Amino acid sequence: MSKELPGIILMFVLTLALAVPLGKYIARMYSGERSWTDKIFNPVERLFFRLSGIDPHKEMNWKEHMKHMLIINLVWFLSGMLVLMTQQYLPLNPDGNPNMSADLAFNTSISFVVNCNLQHYSGETGLSYLSQLFLMFLQFVSAGTGMAAAALLFNALKTRTTEKLGNFYDYFLKSCTRILLPLSVIVALVLLFNGTPMTFAGKDTITNLQGDTVQVSTGPAAAFIAIKHIGTNGGGFFGANAAHPFENPNYLTNMVLMMAQMIVPFAMIFALGYYLKRKKFAWVVFSVMTIGFLMLVIPNILMETRGNPLSAHMGIDMSKGAMEGKETRFGAAATGFWSIVTTVISTGSVNGMHDSTMPLSGMNELIAMMVNCFYGGCGVGILNFFIFIILAVFISGLMVGRTPEFMGKKIEAREMKIAMIVALLHPLLILAGTALAMALPQYTASTLSNPGFHGFSQALYEYTSSAANNGSGFEGLGDNTPWWNISTGIVLLLSRFLPIIGPVAIAGSLAAKKYTPESAGTLKTDSGTFGLMLFAVIAIVAALSFFPALTLGPIAEFFSLK
Amino acid sequence: MTREHRNELLRSKGISNGERNASLFSGALVATALKQSFIKLNPKSMFRNPVMFTVEIGTLIMLLVCIYIATGAKDQGSFSYNLVVFLILLLTLLFANFAEAIAEARGKAQANSLRKTREETPAKKVELVGEIFMNEVHIVPSSSLRKGDLFICEAGDIIPIDGEIIEGLASIDESAITGESAPVIREAGGDKSSVTGGTKVLSDKIKVKVTTEPGESFLDKMIALVEGASRQKTPNEIALTILLAGFTLVFIIVCTTLKPFADYANTPITIAAFISLFVCLIPTTIGGLLSAIGIAGMDRALRANVITKSGKAVETAGDIDVLLLDKTGTITIGNRKATHFYPSKGIDEQHFLKCTVLSSMADETPEGKSIIELAAIDPATYQVADPHFIKFTAETKSSGINIGTDRIRKGAYDAIRDMVQKAGNTFPEDTLEQIKTISSKGGTPLVVAENDKVLGVIELQDIIKAGIRERFDRLRKMGVKTVMVTGDNPLTAKFIAEKAGVDDYIAEARPEDKMNYIRKEQESGKLVAMMGDGTNDAPALAQADVGVAMNSGTQAAKEAGNMVDLDNDPTKLIEIVEIGKQLLMTRGTLTTFSIANDVAKYFAIVPALFITFIPALQGLNIMRLHSPESAILSAVIFNAVIIPLLIPLALKGVAYKPVGASALLRRNLLIYGLGGVIIPFIGIKLIDLVVSLFL
Repeated sequence: MSKELPGIILMFVLTLALAVPLGKYIARMYSGERSWTDKIFNPVERLFFRLSGIDPHKEMNWKEHMKHMLIINLVWFLSGMLVLMTQQYLPLNPDGNPNMSADLAFNTSISFVVNCNLQHYSGETGLSYLSQLFLMFLQFVSAGTGMAAAALLFNALKTRTTEKLGNFYDYFLKSCTRILLPLSVIVALVLLFNGTPMTFAGKDTITNLQGDTVQVSTGPAAAFIAIKHIGTNGGGFFGANAAHPFENPNYLTNMVLMMAQMIVPFAMIFALGYYLKRKKFAWVVFSVMTIGFLMLVIPNILMETRGNPLSAHMGIDMSKGAMEGKETRFGAAATGFWSIVTTVISTGSVNGMHDSTMPLSGMNELIAMMVNCFYGGCGVGILNFFIFIILAVFISGLMVGRTPEFMGKKIEAREMKIAMIVALLHPLLILAGTALAMALPQYTASTLSNPGFHGFSQALYEYTSSAANNGSGFEGLGDNTPWWNISTGIVLLLSRFLPIIGPVAIAGSLAAKKYTPESAGTLKTDSGTFGLMLFAVIAIVAALSFFPALTLGPIAEFFSLK
Repeated sequence: MTREHRNELLRSKGISNGERNASLFSGALVATALKQSFIKLNPKSMFRNPVMFTVEIGTLIMLLVCIYIATGAKDQGSFSYNLVVFLILLLTLLFANFAEAIAEARGKAQANSLRKTREETPAKKVELVGEIFMNEVHIVPSSSLRKGDLFICEAGDIIPIDGEIIEGLASIDESAITGESAPVIREAGGDKSSVTGGTKVLSDKIKVKVTTEPGESFLDKMIALVEGASRQKTPNEIALTILLAGFTLVFIIVCTTLKPFADYANTPITIAAFISLFVCLIPTTIGGLLSAIGIAGMDRALRANVITKSGKAVETAGDIDVLLLDKTGTITIGNRKATHFYPSKGIDEQHFLKCTVLSSMADETPEGKSIIELAAIDPATYQVADPHFIKFTAETKSSGINIGTDRIRKGAYDAIRDMVQKAGNTFPEDTLEQIKTISSKGGTPLVVAENDKVLGVIELQDIIKAGIRERFDRLRKMGVKTVMVTGDNPLTAKFIAEKAGVDDYIAEARPEDKMNYIRKEQESGKLVAMMGDGTNDAPALAQADVGVAMNSGTQAAKEAGNMVDLDNDPTKLIEIVEIGKQLLMTRGTLTTFSIANDVAKYFAIVPALFITFIPALQGLNIMRLHSPESAILSAVIFNAVIIPLLIPLALKGVAYKPVGASALLRRNLLIYGLGGVIIPFIGIKLIDLVVSLFL
């Protein structure tokens, strides 16, 4: 433990140190300023735009942005279903994996399009290499979609009055080619050198120490795993996700993969600051998120390294922490840390079983996804956080005696309406989903691997993970049934696109408003006080919505653990 | 001006002090409000307030549960427990209604006391005879007057209704409205032609044209604004209602989904517990007080003797960025006063003084009077034969007196200079220097000449009001920029602006300059407030985001603005801005308080819901409440009583301190946010201690 903690802290600080300049680079890129990467990427992008016939200089209003986003996402979703349901007949299937069932293909295709990657299958047996590659493509474009929406938000918050907010495809393509692709290449190389396979050959056969021959799945994994983290997707190449020795071979890759999922969400915050020339505001946002993150991650590390009292009663050594469901090569502290990183950021890749973490650790993982904006996913983290900014600005604006305004634009009934709908949607999907699952035990009771409070937590986790577009699970839940595939698929769709459209609509409406310059009476949003207010709003809204559900799940389990 | 004086006057008219300066809960008001609290239970009127409407539905369900138990059902707990929950919920509704009703009653009482002064006054109506108006006067009750009618008022008459003088001039005692005892002059034509019902003519006779239909005066409109029926929600109120409705929906989701969750965990929850949890969690505190806060804002404006034409105007006032203030009367006391005499080189001082006094003998302007005052010489001591007074005209820009062949003139520098130079004389160097000095000090030089020869110069100075600088400092801290509007030359304007501490000034202002300034500021996104009285102010008043017309001003000005100040006090704008800020702050702080309360309520109710069937959750009962029933009752009781406890705050408003936005937020967050988390823990625990005695 004494050696584990400094490693985590160093990794976090290093990520932050890299994220600040990356944020500056992203801001310059979205502003259309020249940079040294132009030479490499301009020809590529020009080729793409010439082939597709898209004019990247045609500015769009927010509605056009969203229209194009939805259309292109629909195309991806349908092609995803097509590939998954016909993979048996398509090339690159050396292991001869069968076609996916319709409900599973529906769930899988949606969940990759929406950057969630709730996997109700195992990659080894469920997918051909072509399908894996197509899903890898979806991991790029879904992250790019979120970032393009965030770029629109940045643009909308500039101090001027306009309806023209840049071009969706321009933002989208730049996000993919200039950020996601280069970062993924770096991560993939690290993985490759540490033993992750990158091949199109079929299963390998090895002889183990006992002399048995074992079939081992391989595949083009290194490339896939890189974007899975850079794009905060989280869908594993193999069923065991980042706990699998090929996906995450050693301590070094474990650290690199954690950095990989944090870097873009961190950098987007600073990009906001550089883009709007409000660096202090970016730091306030980052601090609020980090306080929330630390309040979740510190207890988790402590609880996981302290061990399980029930296991201790049975005479099991707890000196290394609660190691059930964890990999010895990572240890309890790093796994506890990962469990929160992957849930605050909507990655959802796991390097240990969340189902086996301590009850309150499990609660913190749930809370991380219920809040869904402490860093958050690629681009969408900022969008989710923006809703809370609007709510906090509204209440605190009133408290200083002015009708509320953010970045010089008045927050009025229309903005509040949209913000409330988006804020409502998250608890609605999670609680109503779980309530339905509980009310219809004929579909769900047999899929819960635990009775009692933990079984309830499993269902709650599944819907929370879907609504947060996270993709991790309290596995043990037998989730490849039509009930889970379809219900979570619907939750995924609603919880992806409405929380993108909502903040974008608010931003679009703010952009079209008159700009009011700041005065001494204006609420300063780049102050610690406002940060505190923001944190309080997030904490209270999340706590208020989910407290009763958490009481019947992890909290009841915790108090029963005597 | 004194409030006592005004109250005395009102008493003499049979209006009690209580009605005018009502304490928060005076007997008659409470009685009306109590009655209204029950009337307002009508679902049709409750529907306007989504938060309280859901409480009403909850209350009805509890009533049904009580009936259900009375018919013999066993699974919902005891009858008395359910009945108590029902009664507390009913009380919650009544408290919320009472808050709104008392605010309405206060506002109405305030407006009525102003209106009473003008009801049923005999009016001397001028009747139409044939095709022309003859001076055939009939005495009719004021209520029968219609817009366009003419009436006559003579010394001693009470003006029956609002109108505009079309003929004559009169001195009028407006103390019934303004509290100011000094009579004012109102005359036909010009900007001081408006008269208000209820005021008294002291001298002379005027002919007045009625400008409003009965029931449509500003005061009537204001009363309608306060009353429920025509009250419109302001934009900010709508946005806040959306927020509160959103929170209510969240808790509908939370409470509905809890049912299958609890069934899964085999912990049946009674309907009373569900409804209590729901009512406690939704923001009933702010929901119950929201409309009272809005009404109280308008009421506070009325207490400051400002009639607002919409609630929105009060709200906007809180956002004002730029304040346009007329110099005269606002920043400086009335008019300029003579402060020094400077004879030119070689002129005998006594002679200069004599000529100065003589030239001002017939000058009725305050400046003229102040010259004689300063000289301290009675003009009558100079025996002058056959004086011929020359009146001031805009062309000559001078006035004076002719005594025999001697021509004494007093006037602006350029006018006298032209006159002197035309006669071939030179303008003395030292006086020229003196004039420059006076101008640079913000004074106005008046040059005196005798027979086209300069005698010397009189210095007139503006007297800046005491304490005005501090008020501007306060405004600056609020983030409001002050702009002085004056007809003075730029040099004088600059000097006074600096001395008074305003941020900017418009010198040599014409009416269209005001308009242009407002437009320019608005284009850069600022909100502008101004005060005006003249007809030529009307476009600017209409253009400004908050336009306050003086009651003495013309009808056009009053129609154009969105507020009317009965006191004709130009510094009133400052008060209005603070009233607007208070209104918004009260909403914000009570919302924060209301939502912060939920933390403690959760810790009271959630363990109570489950403890019976999941004893392990006793660990969550951190307040150590006596039993599930007492916990639930304590939470709903706290939820109910906090509403009446906060009514005084809602009506008075949260105090505004101009300490900067961040400091203000910190302060309010500490008091209402942190306080909102802690207080219910204490309150619920205390109530539980009492409730547990009965269980």
